[in-house]
Amino acid sequence: MDGFAHQIIAGIATGGIYASVALALVMIYQATHHVNFAQGEMATLSTFIAWSMVEAGFPYWVAFAATVMLSFLIGVLVERLLMRPVQNAAVLTHVGVFIGLLLIVGNMTGWIFGYTTKVYPSPFTSSGPLMGGLISAHELGSTAVTLVVLTLVFLFFRYTSLGLAMRAAAYNPRSARLVGIRVGWMLALGWGLAAAIGAVAGMMVAPVVFLDPSMMTGILLYAFAGALIGGIDNPLGAVIGGFAVGVLENLAGAYVVGTELKLTVALAIIIGVLVIRPSGLLGRVVTSRV
Amino acid sequence: MSASENVAIPATIPQAVPARRGMPAWQVALVVLGGLVVAIAPAFVLESFPLFQLTMAVIMGLAVLGLNMVTGFNGQISLGHGAFFALGAYATAILMSHLDWSFWATLPFSAAVCGVVGYGIGFPALRLGGLYLALTTFSLAVAVPQILKHKSIEDWTGGVQGLFLVKPDAPAWMPGALTPDQWMYFVAVGVAGVCFLLCWNLIRGRIGRALMATRDHQTAAEAMGMDTATLKTRAFAVSAMVTGIAGSLSAVAVEFVAPDSFSLMVSITLFVGMVVGGVASILGSLFGGLFVLFVPNIAEAISKAAPGVIYGILLIAFLFILPDGFAGLLRRIAGRLRGRG
Repeated sequence: MDGFAHQIIAGIATGGIYASVALALVMIYQATHHVNFAQGEMATLSTFIAWSMVEAGFPYWVAFAATVMLSFLIGVLVERLLMRPVQNAAVLTHVGVFIGLLLIVGNMTGWIFGYTTKVYPSPFTSSGPLMGGLISAHELGSTAVTLVVLTLVFLFFRYTSLGLAMRAAAYNPRSARLVGIRVGWMLALGWGLAAAIGAVAGMMVAPVVFLDPSMMTGILLYAFAGALIGGIDNPLGAVIGGFAVGVLENLAGAYVVGTELKLTVALAIIIGVLVIRPSGLLGRVVTSRV
Repeated sequence: MSASENVAIPATIPQAVPARRGMPAWQVALVVLGGLVVAIAPAFVLESFPLFQLTMAVIMGLAVLGLNMVTGFNGQISLGHGAFFALGAYATAILMSHLDWSFWATLPFSAAVCGVVGYGIGFPALRLGGLYLALTTFSLAVAVPQILKHKSIEDWTGGVQGLFLVKPDAPAWMPGALTPDQWMYFVAVGVAGVCFLLCWNLIRGRIGRALMATRDHQTAAEAMGMDTATLKTRAFAVSAMVTGIAGSLSAVAVEFVAPDSFSLMVSITLFVGMVVGGVASILGSLFGGLFVLFVPNIAEAISKAAPGVIYGILLIAFLFILPDGFAGLLRRIAGRLRGRG
């Protein structure tokens, strides 16, 4: 029974990471109806930036804060330079640009920082076992960080006027523009926020999976699955979906398919959700008039 | 995913093709003869390694053609065609190494398997469409190596180690003594040539027009009485079949298959080849194949990461500047010249 409880708790800890990346995906999807295939690679790049700062002797949390801000800027920049020119192009063009971004960011990361696996420090240490050894200090700490991030995002969108403006721009760009919201910049801000959230997820998962340029590929898949379970246009749903996928993945890995097919579990979830309930658990059912 | 988004892309606006007056017979003969010379000459001119590379380029071109059939002409975005490439390669490898089939015998079998699987995947693809299909096929591409490595099929696939094969020898009735490399090149060119011809024939006729109509405006196509569901699933089957045949050829040309050679990168390479060569262009697929084979080789001299970076930059550059790819560029140049002359 202890093993089972541990699987659930470890699942919640990794689920937090998936939830963060899923939230980042949903932030961009909600505003622009794009799925950012390069989200994982961007987060990996951020984590490498944080790593080099820590290596250079900066305190952990200084590096953390600087990385989040830098990632925000990178996100805004990517939207301005790459996505804005193709805003009204066909889906194929968007997918192509995202794949291009994935290739550039992923390979640049390998080029600059090398392909050897690196150890990334965890800021959370404990002197003794926590909760009777059920959970490690890092699992507890990263789950806490994830929850703080999610709460901040929620508060930002719910209670600030900028958050309201961003929601308005996402839901109804035309009306939002009429009331004086700069829709283009709201989209760029959304990209920045998504990149920052992704960076936090990257820094939280790096101590567990170790840091290398392809660290996030699998995680991105689970985040896709999480976002789809919850409904890809619903932030709360994405978070719940992310946690659910984390637990599901851990249980399936431990008791059903073994660790070799973990990615296939994500694939099965994605296909299952899309075929049976494309709008997810909490998503809006979209009907389009032709 | 409103239909109007699909219409906006310049590459897919159906262009009225002026009625062909038909070239005089001697011109046709000249073009065919020239094509044959260009196709045959490398086998006797090139050293064995460049010839192998050219063989692979033709094979990649065929794989890109498969992707083009479903993504370019039918508008169903697939980022996972590496899976069909792998399926074809493994079908041939398993039959050749476990059951001692000859290469030629495995070809129809591998085509059939890929066609059936493609048809099967076409059904969920119907419900997904657009972005979701891209997402699902992307996930499939990521999961492929893991599936191939799985223990339950290890006896057949050879697990992580993969399977070794031998290139077919040139048959005895061939004039002159052809080396296996030369023969492999002819096999690749021959099979690819037949597939290109068949695809061209499919696209230029009624079915091709229906495929493109479905891509450009599904509702309108349906209103015109086209069975879009059947068209889309069958397009997927044909596409998978063509890419699978390319996979079979690559298995014997490389004489080796292993799970890690079918990573996400294969699917992305095919996608890059399609965009650079020309979306919805038959001949463009061949350019795409040449591009994805030779450009990384040149770029690798700079750095291990350079091919990926250059792929990415060129992919975005083509989408921004030349959305109809290299084939579109040639078409434009040819049009300019004809206009002047």
